[in-house]
Amino acid sequence: MPEMTLIDAVRMAMDEELARDPNVIIIGEDVGVRGGVFRATMGLHEKYGSDRVIDSPLAEASIVGVGIGAALYGMRPICEIQFADFIHPAFNQIINEAAKMYYRSNGDWTVPMVIRTPYGGGIGGGLYHSQSLEAFFTHTPGLKVVVPSTPYDAKGLLKSAVRDPNPVMFFEPKKGYRLIKGEVPDEEYLVPLGKANVTREGTDVSVFAYGMMHYYTMQAAEKLAQEGISAEVIDLRTLYPVDRDAILASVEKTGKALVVYEDNLTGGYGAEIAALIGEHAFTSLDAPVRRLAGPDVPAVPFSHPMQDWFMLNPEKIAAAIRDLAGF
Amino acid sequence: MPTKVIMPQLGESVVEGTVTKWLKQEGELITEFDALLEVNTDKVDTEIPSPATGTVLKLLVPEGTTVTAGTILAWLGEPGEAIPPSEGPAAAAAPAFSQTAEVKSKVPAEAPQPAGVPARDLGFISPVVARVAADHQVDLNKVTGTGQGGRITKKDVLAFVEKRGSSPTAAAIPIWETPADGDLFRPTEMVFQSDQPSQATSQGGKPVKAGDQLVPHTTIRRSIADHMLKSKHTSPHVTTVMEVDLSRVVAHRAANKAAFARDGVNLTFTVYFITALSRALKDFPLANSSWSEEGLILHSAINIGMATSLGDDGLIVPVIKGADGLSLLGIARAVNDLANRARLRKLQPDEVQGGTFTITNHGISGSLFATPIINQPQCGILGVGIIQKRAVVINDAIAIRPMVYISLTFDHRILDGASADNFLARVVDLLQNWS
Repeated sequence: MPEMTLIDAVRMAMDEELARDPNVIIIGEDVGVRGGVFRATMGLHEKYGSDRVIDSPLAEASIVGVGIGAALYGMRPICEIQFADFIHPAFNQIINEAAKMYYRSNGDWTVPMVIRTPYGGGIGGGLYHSQSLEAFFTHTPGLKVVVPSTPYDAKGLLKSAVRDPNPVMFFEPKKGYRLIKGEVPDEEYLVPLGKANVTREGTDVSVFAYGMMHYYTMQAAEKLAQEGISAEVIDLRTLYPVDRDAILASVEKTGKALVVYEDNLTGGYGAEIAALIGEHAFTSLDAPVRRLAGPDVPAVPFSHPMQDWFMLNPEKIAAAIRDLAGF
Repeated sequence: MPTKVIMPQLGESVVEGTVTKWLKQEGELITEFDALLEVNTDKVDTEIPSPATGTVLKLLVPEGTTVTAGTILAWLGEPGEAIPPSEGPAAAAAPAFSQTAEVKSKVPAEAPQPAGVPARDLGFISPVVARVAADHQVDLNKVTGTGQGGRITKKDVLAFVEKRGSSPTAAAIPIWETPADGDLFRPTEMVFQSDQPSQATSQGGKPVKAGDQLVPHTTIRRSIADHMLKSKHTSPHVTTVMEVDLSRVVAHRAANKAAFARDGVNLTFTVYFITALSRALKDFPLANSSWSEEGLILHSAINIGMATSLGDDGLIVPVIKGADGLSLLGIARAVNDLANRARLRKLQPDEVQGGTFTITNHGISGSLFATPIINQPQCGILGVGIIQKRAVVINDAIAIRPMVYISLTFDHRILDGASADNFLARVVDLLQNWS
């Protein structure tokens, strides 16, 4: 099984889906000739041509709007928003049109569209290239929200997303694009949406994370194992609909829960996990549910020391787990 | 101020008692320390002395009713004195045993705070700790906290429960020191509910065919059933048997019987077996131990339990404490005294507890040898068969000797076959070479 980077796995998934289904198309800024700003679509334009790998104007509302229209006509568009930070002009299309189409048409119309977008900080991207925006979309029923954290899952989840009959927001941890490597089978496989993955079994604390924070959490857990602290790590993978059973089962086992997310603390997605646990696993809790997240400041700072202050890392996560384990 | 009479905890592991007879009725006068009622537990029958001088104002528990230790049984005071409203009339009207449906609603009532164990500041009690404590009847005052600031964690309480076992009896608080907080007559199976219903007693519900008779279990029979079943489930039992030539013991007994009798003591063979057993235990500390998950507990004291038949009513095991420190006469006195009082049902609760090894003399009923069941949590039990004159071969000559089979049932977790045999051989040696 070849080892590859997360972005290679994303590309592989799209390549396979383009080859499998002639209705699959890619639309986005520089996704064609240039192969994408992160090279996610590199080679696909040459392989599948301008009709299927389409360079769009710098207009995100248009990318998504065209995607919705194509989807309603039976295509399966994969829209790329170059940075999640640029998604806001398309917000109206996503929330008001894509998310509600199936509901509003009483099931007559669906939007089988994927919106891929790199998210997250730690790459020196500053205010406009570092945001984590998943919470906006997990708040919107009608959208599925997926965040892979390994190359294997990136390929399997993206393929599932392409085949899903409804719109899927696919957030890719950009810092992990080339940092996170893993084995990815050449052959066809799918990772189902809506299923979390217990990536490390443990007994002392349950840690819920996704995307880049899952990668860091695994490192933290590894380190803590040497100190005798047994952290169970759950990669949520799909944030909406979330795998409640997996979350509650783990909390029932350990009695302690830490939710790690990179976004600002307040109103962030982890708050929902914390609420879910508080509501449905109260009598299993041996400690308050804790959130470890970015500070409530308007953006990830550009200055490197400031960026480091904002960003979580394995040490900060380990400290939080250690503290909770000792509670 | 009226005084309450509470069902005492009559022993370390005795959690309930049955009021068998009221010796005074309502309105009668009683002096402090005079017997007020008779109580039967799974171990002993005993009289409960009055805690005060006064008039019996109210008897709350009818004869034949079993209640938990700590339950208020009666009120004493001046004639006409009112019983505290919270505990008096409510108590009098408290539902009896059969009204379980009503009683259930009272279950969430807080466990009584033991007056004897000073409450400490437990700090934050997490939801899961509270739940585990409630499910397993854990007094959190007794749990050591290892969390932040000494907080009791889920692991702490689970470890406590595991160590104690699912039944709270072993570590039960001395609740006779505690007012029962007015929740009287709570059926004990609700108070001490266990996740695993006793297997010995859960086989009820079988239809009784016409002509058959259902005999309700007595407390002692139920207790025996529980203990036997639990023991078989706890220890891997292995029995080894050896034969003893009792010539020297018989001679010694014949020579000393009269002298002992002058001291008012009946010198029985049992006395010799107990003496030999306690000396052998001294030489083999492993046999005088108890298994625990943390490690083997070697007991410093040698306390020999002596299985004593009560006829069809069952059996009871009074304990000779510190048997290794007693002379033959001392042991003979203890054996006589305990056996007599066992048959008269006059044993004190503590006299049937704390045994570290047990001996059972099944030879009395003609048994040649047997494979007795270990009295938990002990390591073994010695069975003594009938003493018979048998033809034995000694130096290629046939001789007639008083012989006995003694069997050792041991916990194979603790002792292996060879070590158990060495221990039993030591008992044989002490008896055969009695001096």
